[in-house]
Amino acid sequence: MSLDKATVAHIATLARIKIPDSDLEHLAGELSQILGWIEQLGEVDTTGVEPMTGVVQMDLPRRADVVTDGNIRDKVLANAPEPAHGFFTVPKVVE
Amino acid sequence: MAALTDLTMAAALDALSKGEFSARELTEAHIAAVEAARPLNAFITETPDRALAMAEASDTRRRNGEASPMEGLPIAIKDLFCTEGVLTTAGSHILDGFTPPYESTVTTNLWRAGAVMLGKVNMDEFAMGSSNMTSYYGKVENPWRRKGNNRPLVPGGSSGGSATAVAARVALGATGTDTGGSIRQPAAFCGIVGLKPTYGRCSRWGIVAFASSLDQAGPMTRTVRDAAIMLGAMAGHDPKDSTSVNRPVPDYKAALTGDIRGLKVGIPTEYRVDGMPAEIERLWAQGIEWLKAAGAEPVEISLPHTKYALPTYYIIAPAEASSNLARYDGVRFGLREPGDSLDAMYEATRAAGFGTEVKRRVLIGTYVLSAGYYDAYYLKAQRLRSLIARDFTQAFEDVDVILTPSTPNTAFAAGEKMDDPVAMYLNDVFTVPVNLAGLPGISVPAGLSEDGLPLGLQLIGRAFDEETVLKVGEVLETAANFTARPGHQSA
Amino acid sequence: MTETNGSIIEGRTGPWEIVLGLEVHAQVVSNAKLFSGAATEFGAEPNTQVSLVDAAMPGMLPVINDVCVEQAVKTGLGLKAQINKRSVFDRKNYFYADLPAGYQISQYLQPIVGEGTIILDLPDGRTREVGITRLHLEQDAGKSLHDQHPTKTYVDLNRCGVALMEIVSEPDMRSAEEAAAYLRKLRSILRYLGTCDGNMEQGSLRCDVNVSVRRPGEPYGTRCEIKNVNSIRFVSQAIEYEARRQVELLEEGGTVVQETRLFDSGRGVTRSMRSKEHAHDYRYFPDPDLLPLEFDDAYIERIRATMPELPDAKKARFIADYGLSAYDAGVLVAEQETAAYYEALVEGEGGKTRDPKMAANWVIGELFGALNRAGRTIQDSPVSSAELGGLLDLIADDTISGRIAKDVFADMVETGKPAGEIVEAKGLRQVTDSGAIDSMIDEVLSRNADKVAEYKAGKDKLFGFFVGQVMKATGGKANPKLLNERLREKLQ
Ligand SMILES: [Mg+2]
Ligand SMILES: [Zn+2]
Repeated sequence: MSLDKATVAHIATLARIKIPDSDLEHLAGELSQILGWIEQLGEVDTTGVEPMTGVVQMDLPRRADVVTDGNIRDKVLANAPEPAHGFFTVPKVVE
Repeated sequence: MAALTDLTMAAALDALSKGEFSARELTEAHIAAVEAARPLNAFITETPDRALAMAEASDTRRRNGEASPMEGLPIAIKDLFCTEGVLTTAGSHILDGFTPPYESTVTTNLWRAGAVMLGKVNMDEFAMGSSNMTSYYGKVENPWRRKGNNRPLVPGGSSGGSATAVAARVALGATGTDTGGSIRQPAAFCGIVGLKPTYGRCSRWGIVAFASSLDQAGPMTRTVRDAAIMLGAMAGHDPKDSTSVNRPVPDYKAALTGDIRGLKVGIPTEYRVDGMPAEIERLWAQGIEWLKAAGAEPVEISLPHTKYALPTYYIIAPAEASSNLARYDGVRFGLREPGDSLDAMYEATRAAGFGTEVKRRVLIGTYVLSAGYYDAYYLKAQRLRSLIARDFTQAFEDVDVILTPSTPNTAFAAGEKMDDPVAMYLNDVFTVPVNLAGLPGISVPAGLSEDGLPLGLQLIGRAFDEETVLKVGEVLETAANFTARPGHQSA
Repeated sequence: MTETNGSIIEGRTGPWEIVLGLEVHAQVVSNAKLFSGAATEFGAEPNTQVSLVDAAMPGMLPVINDVCVEQAVKTGLGLKAQINKRSVFDRKNYFYADLPAGYQISQYLQPIVGEGTIILDLPDGRTREVGITRLHLEQDAGKSLHDQHPTKTYVDLNRCGVALMEIVSEPDMRSAEEAAAYLRKLRSILRYLGTCDGNMEQGSLRCDVNVSVRRPGEPYGTRCEIKNVNSIRFVSQAIEYEARRQVELLEEGGTVVQETRLFDSGRGVTRSMRSKEHAHDYRYFPDPDLLPLEFDDAYIERIRATMPELPDAKKARFIADYGLSAYDAGVLVAEQETAAYYEALVEGEGGKTRDPKMAANWVIGELFGALNRAGRTIQDSPVSSAELGGLLDLIADDTISGRIAKDVFADMVETGKPAGEIVEAKGLRQVTDSGAIDSMIDEVLSRNADKVAEYKAGKDKLFGFFVGQVMKATGGKANPKLLNERLREKLQ
């Protein structure tokens, strides 16, 4: 699979990473090379093989419905770039 | 007596218990070593004050007869572990100034076991790399040099700061994390022991996530025994991690009996890869001979899907990473670059905050999960992962442990291989399958290359059978009698 | 302008059918969040009910809340749905200010609950079945406040991570009325089960409506999704507006674009959400921080054993046992508390039972009216079922008439006093002494001899006049049945 500049620009938007136009060509080449190499997986017939999402074979542990956390606003906001009045802030969103 | 920084953990514990020196003295010697080793750039954050305070507290406990299994041992912590009140960066610009108000479970366990923190060590950004060249905080130097050549070499990665700190006698041990080989490969490059435990053995809580289904913390030490001591402290069930497995932590030291008679050692045919240097082939053969001499029985095995492990990994790991790294968005912590809309702020922050390799992997990961490509890439990779894991399951019906080289090459110079991402990825060809299958693996220093660089052998075990891995590892270690030292060391 | 006629819109060019499917987000009743130990309570100070997990701090991991799983299973059972013993949590990836991790943990391909059904009770007493496609568990997002600062949006993560059940219906509804009935019924079931409090104002029940139109018998048209409509009334308004908009668009030769729209309740219109226009690609994949959620039949049966009698069963029972109309039964079972009040009223105390139809009329008529006027719920009704029962007993034993009883009830609401006390204090006891009634009749007839003559000449209507006069003379307390009997006799 060879990626073109437009596709790279699109996935960069999905991933919210600004890529200068001047870098798109080079990046498209690099990503295409990696994907080309990955595509050797196509050689393997995986019909009927279950996809493996993880290695741990056990029941999902469940916790009790008890409030054990919260009331730590200072900790939650301690590293925030621009907190205000107990809120996180971001540039204004227009809906 | 040897320099304090040259001791193994086991020897240091012995001496501490005999009162030959205090934890404070041991720590002071290591703090001096940290300072002396600054040119290697192994540390992102040095915490000497905290180290001394912890050492003193340790001395007090020991005086009160409350010595724990790692009481008073100074270690380094990979900067991927969140440490309360101490800058935690994951080697990335995007975590600028991030000081966690919490402590990872593994480091909590280590402090409870009496260990002393020297500081936070450098690493590839977000643990993505095999060279330690991708850190925002600059590259780390391998303390080893090629014979007659002073060109700086990479320590491997991503736990390169950890490997360098341990190899250069700056720390008695260090934590590492291993997603595709990030403990074992730098351990091999730096001539130390690196153990990746079974997935689920050490809690992932409080460790900055790279690829959640593969990440696993483990010890990096100078001896197999030390790895056993340190793993014992790190491991354990954690209810805060849903993938943490609830089984008792055995006494790993007790497994080091030296008796491997009758043990079947698998030798996978598929690990004889094209272009592997003859000296690595020879070392592998030597390893087989050593184990045979100790009474084990080598068995040829097949792991037929080995060659697909790397491309499988390079779908799964970036896919998970693309999602795991979405939280670095300039809103709640770390770097924020201004933007006049929310999206502009995100895009500017993530463009400035992530390095080239991280961006590359996030983009690949985004792509393979995106509409129309999921089945062809991600789902395909998950099916391959099943086959790779099944290969191991089948092999372990016949053998108790598997022996392979740790890496297909020795440490390379900074700048070599940098232009070709795929060539760089090939560093992990022997380690990646183990992560995909979630098995324990250890790299043990077993010899030197012709140009004088360390070479490692890898042992792979059954799930939760770290004991066999450690036991056979120690037999290899004894047989190899690896006494070479890096040129750059504090002692 | 087109006109809506039930489920059919008569357009300029012919009839159109509305096709509706609903996606409801129901907040699970639990103490703590789905994947963290922070509290779920409504209305706390910003960011005080936030754990490090909710804020998606580096290295934080989710651990699932057992009760949230139980609540989802219970709701699935309440919807007579397939319970999936193995389900999978996926990550739904997108960037937004109130989504700290950059992904929502949700369920995509393998939800915890599969297909089910819900029976709508329509206002005319008819019922109609609507298919449930699925129910899955997922995390709520935080809240963005856009009006606190000229250039900034403020973010509060208190709701972030609260468990939601997303309940998706089949596109089986054909009118705003049916959509409203669906929401009422779903809310009723959820509240019976105690799995969601159903409070739309506080956002514990939120509705996305998929609206499309088609010519009757044709395949489905292109649909628009109207997001987050927060009252049943608005759902009806949004549907009416949106369906007409689509019909007009199509009749003008235009095409409906599949998009997300917002309902502007102030103006009663839907409009395109421009900010969400660029195509979403959620890149769902199984969350590697979690394992598949698995349980066995015994687990499901344990939950089933805790299920209350649900509205449909209760309604059927009320009709069968109490002889109620489908409509009355439907109204009484809509809220569990109403049904309980009604049953307590009918069943009485100490083995006493009361006339079920009369009880139903009193609850639906007088009691609901009084509660409405007082702005109170049946849980804090000023008149308990036992007290109302006391009043009904006075009617039943002819102590007072039904008409007087209404006055007594108003007094009970006002003063909180028992019916008997009011009746005694005000001397409202019915006159049942036939001698006393006879003498009052005689008096009235003699005073109105001319009318008596007219009556006897055939002006039957005057009977009511005489009744009224006698009633007036007794202060309304004459036993109506007795009065009628005696009067008729005397006029013979
Ligand atoms: Mg939806
Ligand atoms: Zn949803």
